[in-house]
Amino acid sequence: MAAAGAALAPIIENRLLLPPNAGRIRCSSSARGALVVRGAALSEESRKNRSSALKAVAVKGEAPNLTTAKSGHEILLFDALREGLEEEMARDPTVCVIGEDVGHYGGSYKVTKGLAEKFGDLRVLDTPICENSFTGMGIGAAMTGLRTVVEGMNMGFLLLAYNQISNNAGMLHYTSGGQFKIPIVIRGPGGVGKQLGAEHSQRLESYFQSVPGLQMVACSTPYNAKGLMKAAIRSDNPVILYEHVLLYNLKERIPDEEYVLCLEEAELVRPGKDVTILTYSRMRHFVLQAAKTLVERGYDPEIIDIRSLKPFDLFTIGNSIKKTHKVLIVEECMRTGGIGASLRAAIVDNFWDFLDGRPECLSSQDVPTPYAATLEDATVVQPAQIVVKVEQMCQGLV
Amino acid sequence: MLDFPGAKAAFTSRMEFISPNAAEAVPCFRILDDLGRALDGSDIPEVDSSLAVKMYHTMVRLQTFDSIFYEAQRQGRISFYLTNIGEEALNVASAAALTKDDVVFPQYREHGVLMWRGFTLDEFANQCFSNEAGHGKGRQMPIHYGSEKLNYFTISSPIATQLPHAVGAAYGLKMDRKNACAVTYFGDGGSSEGDFHAACNFAAVLEAPVLFVCRNNGYAISTPACEQYKGDGIVVRGRGYGMTSIRVDGNDALAVFKAVSAARKLAVEQSKPVLIEAMTYRVGHHSTSDDSTKYRSGEEIAHWRSVRDPVLRFRRWLESNAWWSVEDEKELRGAARKEVISAMNQAEKKNKPPLSELFTDVYDTLPRNLLEQEATLRDTVSKNPPSLAPH
Repeated sequence: MAAAGAALAPIIENRLLLPPNAGRIRCSSSARGALVVRGAALSEESRKNRSSALKAVAVKGEAPNLTTAKSGHEILLFDALREGLEEEMARDPTVCVIGEDVGHYGGSYKVTKGLAEKFGDLRVLDTPICENSFTGMGIGAAMTGLRTVVEGMNMGFLLLAYNQISNNAGMLHYTSGGQFKIPIVIRGPGGVGKQLGAEHSQRLESYFQSVPGLQMVACSTPYNAKGLMKAAIRSDNPVILYEHVLLYNLKERIPDEEYVLCLEEAELVRPGKDVTILTYSRMRHFVLQAAKTLVERGYDPEIIDIRSLKPFDLFTIGNSIKKTHKVLIVEECMRTGGIGASLRAAIVDNFWDFLDGRPECLSSQDVPTPYAATLEDATVVQPAQIVVKVEQMCQGLV
Repeated sequence: MLDFPGAKAAFTSRMEFISPNAAEAVPCFRILDDLGRALDGSDIPEVDSSLAVKMYHTMVRLQTFDSIFYEAQRQGRISFYLTNIGEEALNVASAAALTKDDVVFPQYREHGVLMWRGFTLDEFANQCFSNEAGHGKGRQMPIHYGSEKLNYFTISSPIATQLPHAVGAAYGLKMDRKNACAVTYFGDGGSSEGDFHAACNFAAVLEAPVLFVCRNNGYAISTPACEQYKGDGIVVRGRGYGMTSIRVDGNDALAVFKAVSAARKLAVEQSKPVLIEAMTYRVGHHSTSDDSTKYRSGEEIAHWRSVRDPVLRFRRWLESNAWWSVEDEKELRGAARKEVISAMNQAEKKNKPPLSELFTDVYDTLPRNLLEQEATLRDTVSKNPPSLAPH
């Protein structure tokens, strides 16, 4: 493999040396001059700042003011999303929200609470039930100058809008020869919840990841939820922002000052040297839970929340693999055709020479999510499995 | 009175079902008869000689372009083509009633609207030959035109997906209180799509300034209208959505002009949608991939092509006003043919888009994975025969 790739290796290698916001990928934060705070080491001090809802929360050491407990404000994840959305709507009058029950009802998960009162019921638009239609409407509005945020009440319902999302949002910038842009954000709760039934437990990132022209990001903490919401709205590309139905009430202290995150960047949650664990969304928290046990047993995992599902931040991921030589992906997608499947391929293509063993992946079962609680728990990855897998990898048993 | 949230209606003790169709079909508005003579009592819209002649010029140019490019496909010079034959009056007259600020979301059989707005023969030809000069950069199949400058949104093949886009654009226009509306076109077949229902419902509920123009041309590829719907066409559905609607003779340029002008006024002034069902006939095959003699008679096609030709009908009206002559006709037909052939030959000679345009515009800027793919591709191409060489 090395020989065949030799001619290309220098080109690829050079590009991978560049961090995500260098070169031609535009990082929205640098374009706008807002404070950019990127993932950094989990310092001793910040380890002590634990939220009540979470056992291990990453705190950004580079940011000013966050090392003291007094500044910033505590917020729940749904409210952080709302805060980001509200700030962008106040800043830019072309930003508007379209969806079911987003107006006076405030949204099924309260992400748009209070926005209709503040910005009017045209900018926060309640629609009749037709996902394909209001997504199409959002695309048409985006093509003619608005920046629309389309809310799917549950991501799974957006399957009804698949044509609009793939053939239109994803493609029209390309097929029009660059004449029309579609700065749309499509967002909503997805993932496996607590006994919501199969149709409400979809992982849409699996289905949409193939569509050219789309960007996809997944938030997992109040901090990155707000920063990614703002970045997605400012992006000129169509962005799908994946929220998780069980993470809306996560609490965290976030900065008071404005910040916008980089859409293409992964987040280093915990530095380590034994193994690289790549994860996102709800599984990040399962990984952190497993990490407590692993640390107690003397292991040193490096945990990265990939955040950017399309494209992958191969710079951050690659640097980690070069250090640890082992990689485990922990995802909520099903085994077949999920983010993990694509990420494994990308890792094999790019970092083969740095791996001691095959890239491992823990995924959900290839079944529709059953309702019964015990069955549902068995379809998704649990922290205990993560512990076992990491131990096996570190002991050379896989 | 009923006070259910869903409806405010009076009670009745008589159980009476509403019949599936009214006793009479909704009448069809026309101004000119089939021979281009104004009907008694008609209120002819304000169309002076220069506007009328311009409309006629565009119809003839469209007809000429269609006939030559259809043949070009048959000769293998382009891979695909789709004509507007029989719908020239509908295309051009509806476009003439709009302003350049009105945003158009077409299906694919509305080249005349784009031509009216100023898309040149070269621009049409470049797109059909998918050369490097085309606005679409060779990414879409022929006739999938798009022009940001002319407010004509790039065509996407799936049927009726542009209807919700139009509602979204209208929503934006409404918020900005612009003196403009959105206009979207679709066929009798397109009205069966779910997007038609949802877009109409949304437009009415949201009170969006959008015109829904249905080109009821009788066929959806091989499916005749009687197998597409069982109601009285599309116009009757307007009432189902609480939307103003009208049925018009789509082959009568004056009637189309008048109806679309009035509809536009209503949409812009009252911020309401309007449904216009323009009755017409698809004289050509669905596209170059279709042979319609398989499902309709040659006589039927010939009848509509000749006796019911909307371009000839409009020409007769021009002649009756002494705005057009046999000499003018000969000159225009000759000139149009020459111009179209010249545009075609020019477009055919131009280069196809370079490899450097394969990966651009997927996103606003090129992400790493696409840069890598391009590098890999160039490497492959440089090691292989010239047929794959980039330029």
